Amino acid sequence: MEPVRRAYRSWGGVLRAEGDVVRPRDPQSAARLLLAPPAAPVIAYGCGRSYGDVALNPGGLLVETRHLDCFLAFDPETGLLTCEAGVRLADIFAVISRPQADGSGWMLPVVPGTRFVSVGGAIANDVHGKNDHACGSFGNHVERLELARSDGSRLICSRTENPGLFCATIGGLGLTGLILSATLRLRKVSGLALESEEIRFGDLDEFFALDAESAEAWEYTAAWVDCLAGGAQLGRGIYLRARHAPSIGAEPPSRETKIAVPFAPPISAVNALSLRAFNAAYLRKLGRSGRKTQIASYEKTFFPLDAIGQWNKLYGPRGFYQFQAVIPPQAARDGTADLLRAIADAGQGSMLVVLKRFGSVGSPGLMSFPMPGVTLALDFPNLGDDTLRLLRRLEDIVVTARGRIYPAKDFSMSAATYEKGYPALSAFRHFLDPAMSSAFSRRVGIHPAEAQT
Amino acid sequence: MTLTARRVAIFGATSDIAIAFARRCAEARQRLVLVGRDRAALDRLAADLSVRGAPQVEVQEADFARTAALAAVAENAWSALGGLDVALIAYGSLPDQARVSADAREGEAALALNFVSPALLCDALAARFEVGKAGTIAVITSVAGDRGRQSNYLYGAAKGGLQKFLEGLRHRLFKANVAVLDVRPGFVATKMTAHLPQGGPLWATPEKVAGDIEAAIAKRGVVLYTPWFWFGIMAIVRTLPRPLFHRSKL
Ligand SMILES: Cc1cc2nc3c(=O)[nH]c(=O)nc-3n(C[C@H](O)[C@H](O)[C@H](O)COP(=O)(O)OP(=O)(O)OC[C@H]3O[C@@H](n4cnc5c(N)ncnc54)[C@H](O)[C@@H]3O)c2cc1C
Ligand SMILES: NC(=O)c1ccc[n+]([C@@H]2O[C@H](COP(=O)([O-])OP(=O)(O)OC[C@H]3O[C@@H](n4cnc5c(N)ncnc54)[C@H](OP(=O)(O)O)[C@@H]3O)[C@@H](O)[C@H]2O)c1
Repeated sequence: MEPVRRAYRSWGGVLRAEGDVVRPRDPQSAARLLLAPPAAPVIAYGCGRSYGDVALNPGGLLVETRHLDCFLAFDPETGLLTCEAGVRLADIFAVISRPQADGSGWMLPVVPGTRFVSVGGAIANDVHGKNDHACGSFGNHVERLELARSDGSRLICSRTENPGLFCATIGGLGLTGLILSATLRLRKVSGLALESEEIRFGDLDEFFALDAESAEAWEYTAAWVDCLAGGAQLGRGIYLRARHAPSIGAEPPSRETKIAVPFAPPISAVNALSLRAFNAAYLRKLGRSGRKTQIASYEKTFFPLDAIGQWNKLYGPRGFYQFQAVIPPQAARDGTADLLRAIADAGQGSMLVVLKRFGSVGSPGLMSFPMPGVTLALDFPNLGDDTLRLLRRLEDIVVTARGRIYPAKDFSMSAATYEKGYPALSAFRHFLDPAMSSAFSRRVGIHPAEAQT
Repeated sequence: MTLTARRVAIFGATSDIAIAFARRCAEARQRLVLVGRDRAALDRLAADLSVRGAPQVEVQEADFARTAALAAVAENAWSALGGLDVALIAYGSLPDQARVSADAREGEAALALNFVSPALLCDALAARFEVGKAGTIAVITSVAGDRGRQSNYLYGAAKGGLQKFLEGLRHRLFKANVAVLDVRPGFVATKMTAHLPQGGPLWATPEKVAGDIEAAIAKRGVVLYTPWFWFGIMAIVRTLPRPLFHRSKL
């Protein structure tokens, strides 16, 4: 099992790195890799679906987990699933979420906007889904995990065994060691299909009103926002709410995408012109009633982008940035308005915009991104300095509103912003594995000063 | 699927192509016998296959280089589930041509593992399938067996010999209604080819190849080129006039 020197890119494609990549064949050999760490730092790489640099390690060693892909146990009485860290959520759907005759089935309690992420990556970023207000984040449903550390230990971590390390590893960005396997508590739903409603709204206040009205009865909620609209229409968009439809089943979505973007167009297919046309058309899609109700598989609601493989290439060779932040409740209305105004003023953005409220379930993760408040996520085609200037402006708004930025999506936040957003940083430092670090962890100064060379 | 789940034995079960095939079988709720040399790897795979839906998974250790033991290997696999419906022979090795040319013992070992061993195992299995008058013996050979080439003619000869062997076995088992499938993959991204730059339009995933194997078994195919375009490529390679062929780097 020899490392291969390779160049690789983040999902956003703006950042590139070159370094050694190794793909251990099983958990034993994966753990052994940490034992004899080369001079350079090590970081795990799952499916590379993070937009920024959390899974990049220029000059260092990348441990790809794609062959740690075995299921280990599933108990259909309790819904406890144990699998290796490289198993993808798409595999769990295909194998475990098969509908029973009465439409019921086992569901992953939390899924991000793509099913092509690994269990290890989902834990390390403590990913959230559209049901954060009802179910919390991915880490809330991890019962235990096995962590390999560079001192040779392989530790079982749970709420009762090595609890400190457990909490540090959830949302720990791969910096506490290599997750070998995990036990997840799946959720039994009476119908795998979703009943969903889309409702057009005219501005930000309507969003908050709809959201307040929906939170109780709808476990999945999120909104699309027209990022070009300003003035009285600031924050207009389409609200989506969904819940499981009792007795109606849904087949698992496919494990691979059927169509893929074969090559990058020479310039971004997403630009001011295409964006304006798209947003105008999209706003009209609900017709005069401004409302649409349907019952269907969860696939289109949860994973709209997974229909097209490598869609990230559409942004052209310069790639794109993604930005996601959460603003706490007391500043949510104004902070979100400030962010949207800055974006509309800059005339940048894309059709991929998500606005959603996070709830107060609270994750065990020490460094998890989700916290109560409102989160805004969107893509920006890379226009060079103009885009970086806008990202800095957005960062300032987040800091002023006492919010935080999501590392999985980040390319550019400063060390100071990171530290302000994640007050548990100094506690987290006790759990770092000295062999592990990433482009992100070095950039935002996660490692204590004396360890930096 | 019949009332009782199909019984499948896989020889060389920890090969990447075999793993992908076994997972398909498990998800179709078939019963499995996994035969290989690495106990820990087999046990890990068995657990995975059980979660994926296999109602029964048996694990057996065997070193296929030990040709004297092959009769017992066949017998054990056959009796583990009280007979078999499908046998897939997947093991093999891809030796470096320069090394086997320089070292006769390595060459002999590679010929044994890639030709002698699977041929003998096939025969041992054939006798049992023949009595039952049903079932499929599938063997992974390679497009490399279609024409001898300077870059890997020892491997190519072993695989080509195996192709001929299967042709004869198929002839023999025709009367017994036993299918013999010769699987000829092109480039597949597995641990066997991990030292090569695995990428580009000619490379397939083990999952793709496994899906093709399953489909060919279902329709009782005879020779499977996988992915399909290798049929065309090899038709050209086989018929390339010798003067041209000799100047190529193939
Ligand atoms: C279309 C799309 C939609 C998305 N939607 C959402 C969303 O709704 N909500 C959300 O939260 N995120 C979302 N994301 C982000 C994505 O869910 C996260 O970035 C996720 O962590 C990616 O998982 P991965 O397996 O690709 O990990 P990678 O991106 O490869 O790695 C992510 C981090 O996990 C670490 N890691 C990976 N495996 C291990 C391991 N075995 N042990 C220790 N550390 C490990 C890496 O070191 C790195 O720090 C989305 C991404 C895309 C592309
Ligand atoms: N990959 C390709 O491009 C390609 C192309 C054409 C044909 N093929 C053929 O496809 C088949 C499967 O290969 P693969 O690509 O899946 O590669 P692989 O993963 O390397 O599989 C080869 C398997 O053979 C097993 N094996 C080797 N010697 C053995 C022995 N003495 N006793 C027991 N088991 C032994 C190995 O066992 P361990 O797991 O214990 O090492 C391994 O599982 C082979 O016949 C190969 O020739 C491959």
